[in-house]
Amino acid sequence: MNTIATLSKGEIGIISEESLDVIPLKLLEMGCLPGVEVELLQVAPLKDPLYICVNGSHLAIRKEMASQIKITFN
Amino acid sequence: MENPKPIKVALIGNPNTGKTSLFNQLTGLTQKVGNYPGVTVDKKQGTCRLSGNKTAIITDLPGTYSINPTSVDESIVLTSLLNTSDANFPDVIVVVADIENLKRNLFLFSQVKDLEIPIVLAINMADQIERKGISIDIETLQKELQTEIVLISARKKQGIDKVKNAIENCISVSSAKPLCSINHKIDEDYFKKLKGISDNHTLYELWLMITQNNFPDTLLSAEKRKLQEFMQDVSKVKRYQHKETIHRYKQINDILKTTYKVDQSKAKDLRGKLDRVFTHKIFGYVIFFGILLLIFQSIFDWSSAPMDFIDGQFANLGEFVKVQMNPGVLTDLITDGIIPGIGGVIIFIPQIAILFLFVAVLEETGYMSRVVFLMDKIMRRYGMSGKSVIPLISGTACAIPAVMATRTISGWKERLITILVTPFTTCSARLPVYAILISLVIPDKKLFGFFSLQGFTLLSLYALGFLTAMVSAFLLHKTLKVKSSSFFVAEMPNYKLPSLKNVIFDVLEKTKAFVLGAGKIILAISVVLWFLASNGPQSYTDSEKNIRENVANKNISPDVIQQKIAAAKLENSYIGIMGKSIEPAIKPLGYDWKIGIALISSFAAREVFVGTLATIYSVESDDDDTSTIKERMRAEMNPDTGKKRFDLPVGMSLLIFYAFAMQCMGTLAIVKRETKSWKWPMIQLFGMGALAYIASFITFTIFS
Repeated sequence: MNTIATLSKGEIGIISEESLDVIPLKLLEMGCLPGVEVELLQVAPLKDPLYICVNGSHLAIRKEMASQIKITFN
Repeated sequence: MENPKPIKVALIGNPNTGKTSLFNQLTGLTQKVGNYPGVTVDKKQGTCRLSGNKTAIITDLPGTYSINPTSVDESIVLTSLLNTSDANFPDVIVVVADIENLKRNLFLFSQVKDLEIPIVLAINMADQIERKGISIDIETLQKELQTEIVLISARKKQGIDKVKNAIENCISVSSAKPLCSINHKIDEDYFKKLKGISDNHTLYELWLMITQNNFPDTLLSAEKRKLQEFMQDVSKVKRYQHKETIHRYKQINDILKTTYKVDQSKAKDLRGKLDRVFTHKIFGYVIFFGILLLIFQSIFDWSSAPMDFIDGQFANLGEFVKVQMNPGVLTDLITDGIIPGIGGVIIFIPQIAILFLFVAVLEETGYMSRVVFLMDKIMRRYGMSGKSVIPLISGTACAIPAVMATRTISGWKERLITILVTPFTTCSARLPVYAILISLVIPDKKLFGFFSLQGFTLLSLYALGFLTAMVSAFLLHKTLKVKSSSFFVAEMPNYKLPSLKNVIFDVLEKTKAFVLGAGKIILAISVVLWFLASNGPQSYTDSEKNIRENVANKNISPDVIQQKIAAAKLENSYIGIMGKSIEPAIKPLGYDWKIGIALISSFAAREVFVGTLATIYSVESDDDDTSTIKERMRAEMNPDTGKKRFDLPVGMSLLIFYAFAMQCMGTLAIVKRETKSWKWPMIQLFGMGALAYIASFITFTIFS
């Protein structure tokens, strides 16, 4: 299963529709929506948190959250 | 001609959009910080001159990504916008957006717009348009959003007058129409029924009331009951909120498709390069610890001169008042209670201002978010969050602003643990105590020929404080059973040069808040302690007569008699009685009742320890008044052993006691306010007290 947490640095995926229910409202509101591209920019030195760019927002989220958000590739 | 009523304006925007820069440009030095009723969130307001004799009162609302709040600060935004009957309800809202991240900024705009309050959209950092390869069709965007748009660059003072004009225009030509009609796209029947509840509120307002459980006073109780019925179906409300968010983004996307374009080839910038350095697995930490060292170094180096100056000025002021006023209770209250009390607060301003300066610069530049990113995993092992780093650093100046800085931590358990352990970090009030005790009991020698033993002791005490904070955080993490359901997200803003104006305003505001907030408590306790030390039961009143009778036929100089009287008075005063009554308890640690008095009075602020001992020994000592506190303390003997009172075991025991004990009423009060319960401050008081007692006992036993 592909999630944001399985992306490698610099890789881009698309958040899948079925992730809608697991994404917290706050993250949705910051632009992390199903159907949009998400790029993994940096991984913190201890492999967590992850630094992503989604819908123009640069965000740090924890691996725990990232591994619940499924993605697909074009 | 009478001045027209000022227009009430609220500034709303995402964090890091330059909202505060715009606020500073609009209001300048007129800004004031107050409090919202019932909560401790700062309310920043200022006035601004418009055309003619018209003015506006500008309120800077806390930065937020959405009007659906996830923290105390953010809930202020919603409350301010829902309560139409409130005296501060805005006539006009200015939404500040960042040109680079317009989509997310317009999300917040779309929510605010639906409240149907006259609105202006100020798009900031317009000077970056070309450099970032952005093209924007303002005219079409204005039509689509049905809102006047102003392009500004707040830092360069461009477009500020246009914002003022727009505020004036906006109120005369009301542009209040909803943008995203939420009803029919999601569930038409559901929202029709919801709208049917009240005629006085818009559908979106009613929807916010049920999703956020926030009911303004304007709502009738029957209406409130009906709304609460809607709240029963929690999962439906949650699902519709998600749908609403997606719906809003869809609509914004459609609008931006034709009006806003970014040439990606130009968009790649410095951010990536700097991120690679600042979050590097080695350099990242090296840079962070380098900055920490610089902060600590500056707090000590830069502040010693102004602190000495303040200390001297307050001593002079006390002397001056004593000479000018007639002797009496009032004079004593002023010279021995109030002036030292105020001085005890003012003395911390240099250190605190320097610390706030660093924090403000690090936050303005965007570097602080990288520290959060770098430290999150490490801090999580101790039950805290990456965002706990800022409070723990602030704690080295003062725990009070540090506890307030924990508000940015969204998880309650993480925040609570940070609040509970922050008082272990070595605050500046401990420093004078450490300094005098170390110079008394630690020999002035060099380790390995160059490393000062005294300096090493001080450094070890700092390390001890920090380690204890981390260890207790770990224990709390493993034992605390607190429900906490929130998740971590931190925006990584673009790097910016700090704006001098913003930094200065920020430092001024926070320092003022500290002086007024903590100052009140420290001052009040100083006055209480003064009262306890200068009053007592019958034995206190009799002490002068007894001494005079005792020495009546002996050949003793009047000075010595005065000192004996003063000592007897202190011993029989309320605080002397308190000191004596705790003596049995503190004897195992090596302390006598005089140190007991100093321990009790340290509750005002720890550094009062030095002053109290100075008072006790100055009223007792046989020397001339010119001897320093240190000399007097050195001369003090222990009658039981015939040795010096402040020898190595007692000194070490006291150092350990001050490192661990929770002797700060100000912090206890702020923890109570932030946790909304006496439970947590009491746990701190007794938990840290017990640790201090046991650790000091062990230290005393080992060194004796």
